[in-house]
Amino acid sequence: MSRHISEQYDSELESLNRLLMEMGGLVERQLRSAARAFVTHDTGLAAEVFTLETDVNRLELALDDECVHIIARRQPAARDLRLLISIMKAGTDLERVGDEACKIARMTEQVATFPIPDNGYIGIQHMRDIVIRMLTTTLDAFARLDLDAAYEVIAADAEVDDGFAAVDRALLREIDEQSDFVQRAVNTVWTARALERIGDHAKNISEYIVYVIRGRDVRHPGSARS
Amino acid sequence: MATERKDPGNDRAASDGPAAGGVDGAPASPERETPCLEVRDLSLSYGGVPALSHVSLTIPRRRVTAFIGPSGCGKSTLLRCLNRLNDLIDGVRVSGSVTLNGMDIYRRGVDVADLRRRVGMVFQQPNPFPKSVYENVAYGLRLQRGIARSEMDDRVEWSLKSAALWDEVRDRLNETALELSGGQQQRLMIARAIAVRPDVLLLDEPASALDPISTLRIEELIHQLGAEYTIAIVTHNMQQAARVSDYTAFLYMGELVEFGNTDGMFLNPAKQQTEDYITGRYG
Ligand SMILES: Nc1ncnc2c1ncn2[C@@H]1O[C@H](COP(=O)(O)OP(=O)(O)OP(=O)(O)O)[C@@H](O)[C@H]1O
Ligand SMILES: [Mg+2]
Repeated sequence: MSRHISEQYDSELESLNRLLMEMGGLVERQLRSAARAFVTHDTGLAAEVFTLETDVNRLELALDDECVHIIARRQPAARDLRLLISIMKAGTDLERVGDEACKIARMTEQVATFPIPDNGYIGIQHMRDIVIRMLTTTLDAFARLDLDAAYEVIAADAEVDDGFAAVDRALLREIDEQSDFVQRAVNTVWTARALERIGDHAKNISEYIVYVIRGRDVRHPGSARS
Repeated sequence: MATERKDPGNDRAASDGPAAGGVDGAPASPERETPCLEVRDLSLSYGGVPALSHVSLTIPRRRVTAFIGPSGCGKSTLLRCLNRLNDLIDGVRVSGSVTLNGMDIYRRGVDVADLRRRVGMVFQQPNPFPKSVYENVAYGLRLQRGIARSEMDDRVEWSLKSAALWDEVRDRLNETALELSGGQQQRLMIARAIAVRPDVLLLDEPASALDPISTLRIEELIHQLGAEYTIAIVTHNMQQAARVSDYTAFLYMGELVEFGNTDGMFLNPAKQQTEDYITGRYG
């Protein structure tokens, strides 16, 4: 992408990108901590997830504010316009990922009174690995506007959905067999659900990347306007 | 959800992106419109220096088509080809063809005066005659024979109303037009152009000398006239092109780089050159 005649404009867009990456970095930390806290029943680590939330919210506000200013002052068009809209939407998705991480942290506090299950939350660990990879890949793809990487993330979402279904099935069986741990099982499903939602958000962000690069809205195929 | 990867490269948003469809249901591509002016392989040189090369495009009927591009790219030259105003310049050579509603306007024997009545033009600087408001509008009508006084009055009133100027000048029709404000004078020029009931209005930077409010008035007028007339407008103000036009043509160094529906051009142009120009980048 060649430079704008206005260097000021270029530096504004660059600073916007940096804000998004900074926000992404924080949210990624929230996710990693929350997921690890859950599978190890580490309530101390879960608490760290909440402390990051204020920073994430602050960055989201700053991101929106800068986008609105650029739109008002520069009247961006074409790819610039698509980029700004997508950055704003990606900010919203990242903030939601942070919320889901907080949910997982709360689940951690509830399961901590139980023993860690024999399988060591293998299903959750599997889902966690995929969504962390999706999130880091989509952030990286956004920074480099990498179409292939974006499509990789979109495709990976199906694996997360499968992972959720597997956790769900396994826990229903567990509830039948050992009703002492119903609460733990419920919290585990909710955690799996949160991870599944995080996968959706990572996929959304990747769809915005496709929109920036190709100008094509790939969300909701089949409902395209004629 | 599995995502099928269909990615035939640099395709237009017009077909399947959020840009699809015009604002008020206007079809998304000029090819699907009724043609008004068809420019085919048009080249023009001034004293041997090329100014337009092999330009082909179809200007749809009763739509607003904007021409954008850097200074000197040939926008005014192209506009002047559409009513043969370039004929008045020495050393001009034109090849290719321009048809108006199917008639070749460069054919031998074409009545150029009649052509210019059918294809009216308004320039950047309003150029009223040092006469009354009324006479400025009636000017073109007087060249046509057999118009009765009462009909003349009606046509002047109708033209001034169409140009959204009537309310401001109804009490000063016999005063000199030179005392109108710049924005009023420009609307007077539009009234003069539409008084003779043209098919096409060519506007060459009609608002570039006006303040923002007068500019918005002219833009609103263009939008309204677009329902009745075929309008081609040259503008340096890209936001203006985006606001007023249905279709946008981007010219660069005498060549037509891209022509398509305005939503698509401003959201997702097909050509890198267009993208660079529209977003203010170095080409
Ligand atoms: N009467 C003329 N005689 C000789 N050359 C001319 C004449 N009019 C225009 N040209 C040349 O033709 C080229 C295209 O000019 P034109 O006026 O069509 O450009 P434009 O796109 O309207 O530019 P601008 O945005 O500055 O009005 C320029 O290189 C210009 O110098
Ligand atoms: Mg010009």
